[in-house]
Amino acid sequence: MRRFLAIRIAQSLLAMLAISVIAFGMTHLSGSPVDSMLPEDAGPEEAAQLTRELGLDRPIHVQYFKFLGRVLSGNMGDSIMSPGASALGVVMDRMPATLLLGGFAIIVSTIIAIPIGVLTAVYRDTAFDAAGKIIALLGQAAPPFWLGIVLIWVFGVTLDWFPTSGRGGFSHFVLPAIAMGWFQVAALMRITRSSMLEVLDSEYIKLARVKGVPESRIIWVHALRNAAIAPLTYFGVIAGIILTGSVVIETVFVWPGAGQLAVEAIRARDFPVVQAVVLTFAAVFILANLLVDTLYAYVDPRIRYR
Amino acid sequence: MSSDEQESVAPIEPGSERPPEPQPSSGRRRARWRNYPVVSIFILVALLVFPAITADWLAPHDPLQGSIPDRREPPVFFGGTWEYPLGTDRIGRDILSRIIHGAKVSLSISLIGIFFGGVLGTLLGLLAGYFRGWLDAVVMRLVDISLALPTILLALVLAVSVGPSFQTVIIVVVFVLWAFYARQVRGEVLSIRERDFVARARVAGNSHARIIVRHILPNVANTIIVLATLQVGSVIILEAALSFLGVGIPKPTPAWGLMVADGRQLIVSAWWISLFPGLAITLTVLALNLFGDWVRDRLDPKLTQV
Repeated sequence: MRRFLAIRIAQSLLAMLAISVIAFGMTHLSGSPVDSMLPEDAGPEEAAQLTRELGLDRPIHVQYFKFLGRVLSGNMGDSIMSPGASALGVVMDRMPATLLLGGFAIIVSTIIAIPIGVLTAVYRDTAFDAAGKIIALLGQAAPPFWLGIVLIWVFGVTLDWFPTSGRGGFSHFVLPAIAMGWFQVAALMRITRSSMLEVLDSEYIKLARVKGVPESRIIWVHALRNAAIAPLTYFGVIAGIILTGSVVIETVFVWPGAGQLAVEAIRARDFPVVQAVVLTFAAVFILANLLVDTLYAYVDPRIRYR
Repeated sequence: MSSDEQESVAPIEPGSERPPEPQPSSGRRRARWRNYPVVSIFILVALLVFPAITADWLAPHDPLQGSIPDRREPPVFFGGTWEYPLGTDRIGRDILSRIIHGAKVSLSISLIGIFFGGVLGTLLGLLAGYFRGWLDAVVMRLVDISLALPTILLALVLAVSVGPSFQTVIIVVVFVLWAFYARQVRGEVLSIRERDFVARARVAGNSHARIIVRHILPNVANTIIVLATLQVGSVIILEAALSFLGVGIPKPTPAWGLMVADGRQLIVSAWWISLFPGLAITLTVLALNLFGDWVRDRLDPKLTQV
């Protein structure tokens, strides 16, 4: 287990390092920031001086290591759109809202997907099976941003059941969490279903039936406990989809999270903030996957010794 | 349902390539699966392929030129006329004509993006799996990194630094897709290269390049086709999301995601502007996913989740 953990942690760090290279490189893609930072009437000497001050005249790898050093000490520069605030600080202020909404979305998709997955496996090839599939496939086909707009229109404005934008109490979470979570349902349900089918076919379930264990207990306790391992690994993937999706959903619902911040920062060409968001999202995603893998290895010993 | 019964008892003919499937009820299920593609192929042709090819001839109005007096005209049956069956947008452009032209964008982006992503990923996967060693290590780490990056954010950054355009969207799509092919193809090549026919081909004096192209590639072709089919839907959603955020297809090109964004603020007063393009995406992706599932069940049933 320790060896497995060491390898996984080393891989995660390597991935983080590579992402820092990309985050560093992308700011250079758009050219030198000097021109936009100087006043209109500045001459070439002033431009050269600012370039020197920012260290932009140094070799690119020297610049990268300086950048990396700053990032490791938690300094990603200052935000351009909100002067005086550090880029990382601005992002961290917004992260709780994003993670909270993401968490809600994951709960929504789990609540819908796991029971449907289990029941479609138990009642396979019936009308229920078909209905479950249709619900899941519809969610996978509807683009989340459009689903969000339609939910706002129907449940927010026409029926006036839920608030349409911003952050507040529980009711504010309902629409964005559904718009975000429904997309994941299909995949999660499918994995649960096939995993359940396999488990329900196994010897120990037959034994439990012979022993006279009530059917509901067999399904929801004996079988689901083992079948749940497969969907568990999928939560790492979901974490990525949710983070990426937050950019779009937060824009639609005017949710004050890091995804919306990213869109604002990119429009304002606030690259320190963009870098901070990319690095933070990547870190959360990599951490989530490390966690899922560790949990998986803990639950299923075969993984550790592969 | 005589076809059902025939399906379940049909003997495997000597020349038949398909082995019998292990599950006892698979006959019934397969019979139902076989009915799906008829509907989805019909939707795909009617909604995506046919309009994309014949857009200039099929569309009743100019997709770019609006008529201001006719702006925000509701769809027929909702107070509108047959002149604009799905209504008009805020500058009087015909929604139907724009959806028809939008099919061209969705189809070409997904085909071109999947082609280049597939070729790149397959090539790297073949080389990594066949030659192993450092090349394999490098490619697999790149795959990990690519899958860990927050896609939409990178797309946003790229779009802002080099400007949103058709090519930018293609680059983003290729960037997102290649890793899936590389990972899957490499995994399969690892086992194929150990098979006898590869060793014999080598003994017979074939070059590595010839073995890869003539002996290994045909054996992973099914996987590549299945992956490509299953991905068309997600590429359409990705393109729509990018266009929705204003970093995909630039205005005023009729792209479905852009049209949804256009009507977002008017969803209460002129719901048809956003609703219909979103429905077009949903129906198309739904049909694509069902079609992809069917292709997978036929060609490569062991690919359970991609």
